[in-house]
Amino acid sequence: MNLDMEMFHQTFFEEAAELLADFEGGLLRLETAPDDLETLNTIFRCAHSIKGGSATFGFTEVAQFTHSLETLLDKVRNGQILVDSGLIQLLLESLDQLKALLEVAQGHASEAPSSLPLLAQMDMVIESVEGGASDADGVLWRVRLRFYPGDDVLQRGANPLFLMEQVAGGGHITSLECDISKLPSLKDMNPETCYLGWNIELLSEKDTAYFHEIFEFVADESVVEISAVDAFAEASGQFDQIAETASVPDTRETAKEAGVFVGNPEAAIAPSKTATVAIASAESHTLRVSTDKVDKLINLVGELVINQSMLNSVIQDFSMAKLPRLIEAVAEMERASRELQERVMSVRMLPIKHAFGRFPRLVRDLAAACGKQIDLQTSGEETELDKTVIESIADPLTHLVRNSIDHGLETPEDRRRAGKGVTGIIALHAFHEGGAIVVEVSDDGRGLDKERILRKAIERGMLSATDPAPSDETIYNYIFHPGFSTAERVTDLSGRGVGMDIVKRAIQGLGGFITVSTTPGQGTRFRVRLPLTMAILEGLSISVGEEVYILPLTSIVESIRPGRGDVRLIAGATEVVMVRQEALPLLRLYQIFRSTPIVTDPTQAIIVVVENEGRKVGLLVDALIGQSQVVIKSLETNYRKVSGIAGATIMGDGRVALIIDVPGLVRVSTGRLEYTSAA
Amino acid sequence: MPKTALIVDDSSTMRRLVRFTLTEAGFEVLEGNDGQDALDKLTATPGGKVDIIITDLNMPVMDGLTFIKQVRSRASGRFTPILMLTTESQESRKAEGKAAGATGWIVKPFHPQQLLTVIGKVLPL
Repeated sequence: MNLDMEMFHQTFFEEAAELLADFEGGLLRLETAPDDLETLNTIFRCAHSIKGGSATFGFTEVAQFTHSLETLLDKVRNGQILVDSGLIQLLLESLDQLKALLEVAQGHASEAPSSLPLLAQMDMVIESVEGGASDADGVLWRVRLRFYPGDDVLQRGANPLFLMEQVAGGGHITSLECDISKLPSLKDMNPETCYLGWNIELLSEKDTAYFHEIFEFVADESVVEISAVDAFAEASGQFDQIAETASVPDTRETAKEAGVFVGNPEAAIAPSKTATVAIASAESHTLRVSTDKVDKLINLVGELVINQSMLNSVIQDFSMAKLPRLIEAVAEMERASRELQERVMSVRMLPIKHAFGRFPRLVRDLAAACGKQIDLQTSGEETELDKTVIESIADPLTHLVRNSIDHGLETPEDRRRAGKGVTGIIALHAFHEGGAIVVEVSDDGRGLDKERILRKAIERGMLSATDPAPSDETIYNYIFHPGFSTAERVTDLSGRGVGMDIVKRAIQGLGGFITVSTTPGQGTRFRVRLPLTMAILEGLSISVGEEVYILPLTSIVESIRPGRGDVRLIAGATEVVMVRQEALPLLRLYQIFRSTPIVTDPTQAIIVVVENEGRKVGLLVDALIGQSQVVIKSLETNYRKVSGIAGATIMGDGRVALIIDVPGLVRVSTGRLEYTSAA
Repeated sequence: MPKTALIVDDSSTMRRLVRFTLTEAGFEVLEGNDGQDALDKLTATPGGKVDIIITDLNMPVMDGLTFIKQVRSRASGRFTPILMLTTESQESRKAEGKAAGATGWIVKPFHPQQLLTVIGKVLPL
């Protein structure tokens, strides 16, 4: 297959994924508003576009499947097939099938389930309204008509325009194109010769014979072609458009090739597979960015260039009189470059609705599977997150939602008994909070059962029955422990005891954390806090001796200078610092990183209190330098993994500063604390 | 203004049938009993032309094909829709008719409604 085609594959798959999401959303809307023509049109367009693209790029199976789907939807749209729960179910299953087929097309999966059962079902529905005869009068079809009259039709008293009028009388014209390419210049033109041709598409209930009848008297000397608009012809038309917009010179040729081999499914299968395998690996490296964002970038770069020439002119023959202008120009440049940085980062940002999109369907299916009535509420879908974060957060969120539905929400009977409305609420809420994004998954269900969690924790040996009762927060946090599950029976939805710990680990892997809060009888709320982006970090720079380190701002609780009596030794080995009646392990960063400090006396130094998973640690540093955004560079890819260090960054003065791995430090220190206190 | 039709046939029954049908449909109808007669009638018409001509092929004095060619050779008749009446629906007759300049044809015998339908194909009604 030609390379030029492959260039478009990725675009197609991305577009298809978006279209499928719209399709799914539309279907779910349709369930509550079956008469909404706008929604019907939307889902029809989705199927139509996927069909066009897939046929163009040789994904024959996808094309054939969507072709049937489109036919079905067309009849739904025209009111010939009524929207009922059976149809929606069929469409949802088709959607799943389509997803599976696309996975295969992308090389992500080796095979999809057979489309035949669904195709048969669709055909049955279609035939039920067609009565088996597909081109008899009374059935709406899309007619493509090509009419190129013979040169001399005018001289025999025929009137092409009148013929067109008759065609128009046979249905609803959706597109009409008059081909004037054969029209000669005025001096060469014989006014009695017909040079024109027409390409018409119309929706009609008339049969082919009706149209042939119209052209009966001119058929011999003219080109009259009447055909049904079909998948492949349309697809190559669509490719022409793509080729044009992409302005790749020889894709038009490719389009023709594609058209040819699409028509021959046998030949198409092999090349398309090899092509998609190559693409699969490249997938995560592409990003669809709104042109709006790109335009802003271009604009800013333009400003910077102007700025630079401004600076140049100021610097030439510089005199002190020009100082204000220099300051102004530098300030301007600073503003532009800061904004440019923000904008460049925002290129990687996508609205979180990309991750939320799957939930309406999931909730619907789960509600049906476990016999619960659920209302899904979402807010903050436009909140933007780094693409990588969005991609990685979808699965953990899914698990949380499943969990809330399965364990959190009660059955309608239980809810009635508890005096609640029978419909349970699952709410997804995303919002900004101090340089981070918070996603909350909450339900208004029964809440976590503290006693049961405690029992289970003891049963699993996570704590001993003789221990003093831990705080509520600690108890609830047991659900995040590996191998913990309170579900009384294992369901296929969730709850094999794997899950919450994996969710937690996934979120930590993204530099975020998860907390849970619950009110018995009123519901549970999971709160996931995520960094805006994984490439940039809001950090506090601190100094230890000659070195500068960065602490992620999200992990910092406060900075203090302790009094003389606040620093103590526990068991003669572990240093703690008392902060608001709380003994926190004290870590002297210079000891950990073996650097030479300027200050060793805690009362002369600064202690930065950092927190991870509810555990706090005091870090002894020389001084605080300031807050800044730093670009994270991986230490692992450039050097090797260093414990206690999450990465590195390049400071404004060109020096390298290490970013401290707070969760790692906290784990080490609290482990040590427990070890020493046990000893 | 009513449209004018010229029916050319040596059979008066056929002329009457056509006249009846077209008058019902709001046409003014002229009659010619052969090609030459019809040409004379055309010449006598204001502007030298009618809105549609329906002609038989086999006629004495001047046959249909000659008549059609004559009409087409006149400036006033170049674009007039001409339907020919044929008893045999053979391709050869149609081709000859078209070569002479006929716009379309209708096969005898026909039902009055069919005539109107065919006229409707060549003349905006």
